[in-house]
Amino acid sequence: MIAAIAADRESLGASDEAGGFGLYVHWPFCVSKCPYCDFNSHVREKIDEARWREALLKELDYFGRMTAGRSLTSVFFGGGTPSLMQPATVAAVLDRAARHWSIGAQAEINLEANPNSADADRFAGFRLAGVNRLSLGIQALDAAALKFLGRAHDRDEALAAIALASRLFPRFSFDLIYTRPEQTAAAWRAELREALALAGDHLSLYQLTIEKGTAFYGLHARGDIVLPNEDDSTGLYETTQEMLDEAGLPAYEVSNHARPGGECSHNLTYWRSGDWVGIGPGAHGRLTISGERLATAQARAPEAWLAAVDAAGHATIGSDVIVGEHGVEEVLMMGLRLHEGVGHKRFRALTRRPFEDVLDSARLANLIEGGFLVLDKGGLRATPSGLQRLNAVLAALLG
Amino acid sequence: MTDLAHIRNFAIIAHIDHGKSTLADRLIQRCGGVESRDFRDQMLDSMDIERERGITIKAQTVRLTYKAKNGKTYQLNLMDTPGHVDFSYEVSRSLAACEGSLLIVDATQGVEAQTLANAYQAIDAGHDIVPVLNKIDLPAAEPERVRAQIEEVVGLDATHAVPISAKTGLGIDDVLEAIVERLPPPVGETTAPLKALLVDSWYDSYLGVVILVRVKDGELKKGLRLRMMATGAVHDVDRVGFFTPKLKDVPSLGPGEVGFITAGIRSVADCRVGDTLTEDRRPTAAALPGFKPSLPVVFCGLFPIDAADFERLRDSLSKLRLNDASFLYEPETSAALGFGFRCGFLGLLHLEIIQERLVREFNLDLIATAPSVVYRIFLTDGSVMEMHNPADMPDPVRIDHIEEPWIKATIMVPDTYLGSVLALCQERRGVQVDLTYAGSRAMLVYRLPLNEVVFDFHDRLKSVSRGYASFDYQIDGYAQNDLVRLSILVNAEPVDALATIVHRSAAESRGRVLCEKLKELIPRQLFQIAIQAAIGGRIVARETVKALRKDVLAKCYGGDISRKRKLLDKQKEGKKRMRQFGKVEIPQSAFLAALKARGE
Repeated sequence: MIAAIAADRESLGASDEAGGFGLYVHWPFCVSKCPYCDFNSHVREKIDEARWREALLKELDYFGRMTAGRSLTSVFFGGGTPSLMQPATVAAVLDRAARHWSIGAQAEINLEANPNSADADRFAGFRLAGVNRLSLGIQALDAAALKFLGRAHDRDEALAAIALASRLFPRFSFDLIYTRPEQTAAAWRAELREALALAGDHLSLYQLTIEKGTAFYGLHARGDIVLPNEDDSTGLYETTQEMLDEAGLPAYEVSNHARPGGECSHNLTYWRSGDWVGIGPGAHGRLTISGERLATAQARAPEAWLAAVDAAGHATIGSDVIVGEHGVEEVLMMGLRLHEGVGHKRFRALTRRPFEDVLDSARLANLIEGGFLVLDKGGLRATPSGLQRLNAVLAALLG
Repeated sequence: MTDLAHIRNFAIIAHIDHGKSTLADRLIQRCGGVESRDFRDQMLDSMDIERERGITIKAQTVRLTYKAKNGKTYQLNLMDTPGHVDFSYEVSRSLAACEGSLLIVDATQGVEAQTLANAYQAIDAGHDIVPVLNKIDLPAAEPERVRAQIEEVVGLDATHAVPISAKTGLGIDDVLEAIVERLPPPVGETTAPLKALLVDSWYDSYLGVVILVRVKDGELKKGLRLRMMATGAVHDVDRVGFFTPKLKDVPSLGPGEVGFITAGIRSVADCRVGDTLTEDRRPTAAALPGFKPSLPVVFCGLFPIDAADFERLRDSLSKLRLNDASFLYEPETSAALGFGFRCGFLGLLHLEIIQERLVREFNLDLIATAPSVVYRIFLTDGSVMEMHNPADMPDPVRIDHIEEPWIKATIMVPDTYLGSVLALCQERRGVQVDLTYAGSRAMLVYRLPLNEVVFDFHDRLKSVSRGYASFDYQIDGYAQNDLVRLSILVNAEPVDALATIVHRSAAESRGRVLCEKLKELIPRQLFQIAIQAAIGGRIVARETVKALRKDVLAKCYGGDISRKRKLLDKQKEGKKRMRQFGKVEIPQSAFLAALKARGE
């Protein structure tokens, strides 16, 4: 069986592999708001978790009815801080999911966790509930950097959480944030070396960006935070690629690195334009229903979401059919983030048109000649040089 | 009809910001022209741009009813006039409709360049002038010093200048009394054949073409058959009335009165400002002296950012021209910018205002090329051409010599800043004509090439004098000079829109500045960009915009797609404002800012 799948992969090529079908569950609460984070996260002194659990199950039922009978390839508990959830809540969601969809033994069940000791106390419970891949928000292994990033954990807790995750879960990953103010290449190399020694099959390495609506935004605007310039930031990015290639965890996406086979299959669903159900405040989903691809969005504010679900069984505020050009743009904007790119077959399956019909040949030729894109038997993909300038490449290709 | 003795027609003239519109507001309020609930600041500035910039562009008129201390009730017709030099034409026609002027001088600032220019125009128009000292409520006010200055610099008797604060309303009654007591009533004959001055006309979407008139002799009645003496056109008068500023209908306007008429006229172009209106059946013997319309002195190309907007731009320009005959336009084609129009303006402010109105009132996105003056090119074959666009410059071997327009500028400046203002004028190839003092203020007269003024002279003058210098100018003939065309090339392709005519001595430094400026303005892109400046075939400056090294979102998961989409849409929207030069695209903002760049 496994051999057959492998053979199939070989002939099809990863770039043509279908996107799968995932479930995303958003838990919007955090113990504190990190100064760089613009995600939909909220600090509440106390919440009625039983009520939240019921609401999530209700919204799950709503989408379950729309997509009954499909088989689920992955689940992702994201946030916010889902490791603040009681393991029983996680278990209840997974049990309910299993009523609507078939979930294979190889399905990837992810949960994002903070390394705080209080959260770590629940890791075993999450494992028992069915979580088989933990994604840890370590962010830095340097004590001063953790403080700068406003994290609630310290270095010791980070190391302990990594050790615990590697013992409890078949697979785990952790995140680091780099290109921090005054971060030198030497310091980052040392931090990465330590991270590689601790890593499982996966690492997410994000360059710090300043987002609107965060504490850093104001500090940055006032000049109290100065990020490394474009040249230094490019240097750090390139160093990262080299070190991770050497360590056997090459990038498979702009900021995600894995040993072969260690890629996060749930996230691949996003990048390969697969389908996923999104439940919880502010969750987005993509669902193919009767041949149409639907973009769903749920109410963003936690209380508004809760009230809507209580009243209507779901808090959908947007449910739009993705048509024409938008579909093409979405497939390329997500797919070109992957090293595998977008295969001919997948592109045709998703957009019903071949690349030649959709892309401006002069622009494409310009980008290929400039060494930013490749179009061959395997499909369309960004070269490493194109990948690190992907915004400009997409604008030049689709603008 | 009002008895001539009980009519006063007056204009308010002042330097910008000396309180002209505020005083007009107070006079309207005091005479009950508008209910307080309808009142807003700058009552007479009806265009948004006028209100926001605090300037008056179009002359406006309003009739006030004032019961004077002598117990008699007067009809006061107020003409609000633009202060800026670009609109001196509008000022001249407003003045021709009045017998007197209030000259407002800010008591904290004193006489400025436009005070002088406007006062001289009023004196030329034969006006009696009442000086008014405004802002005397401010601690910095020096009414006595300013009074002396008015006498010394302007040459008017300021003994009885009226001290006021238009802001607080102090002295408003004194102004009204001065209008009644010190300005002359109009003269005219009720029984004589109709003779009326066409002061202005504009298109109103409800009323059609509205004509502002000043009746000299006779009576202008509803139903009367009217003849325009210059064009010979005949129309029947539909409506007669005046503004308070609200529109009020009346059966007729008599001698000395100011008001409006409508007469089923289709286009403002049919109404020649300065024309004389008379009765078709019983015409007046002699027409009033007309105005000499001012000619455009500054030209620039206006191009739609979206080529599909070309026709809309044409329509919009023709609509604007309906109300502003002083600007011209003709189609122009640019390799860099596509199809657009070459437009002529009375000055830089006029240019900015037309551009802004196109953007706001007609919702057009435009690219404007460098403002240029009209050069006279004397060719070796003996012919002369007038060049409005540097891109039209003939091959240098065919050119015998080039002449450029000059201006005579009057600058008033506190002597602390005189040194820097002199340096600025020298740097702009100016020739000093006169330098006199009035107290601690210098009055400087300079001859300058207009080309050196159209870019940013006014901005620079303000900045070197910390805002204290004021400036006015008049066109003062043509003179020969050693002028060359400076071209800008992006990746070896000439950007025709950035070509400028400059004095040979300034060409290299200006080329360098333009290249440096463009380097700052053009965002790094996937490909390297070479920027060059050339005089003829010789490259005089070069800069390189290095290729972009990294530009990618760190995080993009399922929930981030819509955000990422917005970024892409923004980039796509931005690209509409870009022009392709080989593999690179130059944003519109780079053009605009480069056009403003100037060697320091």
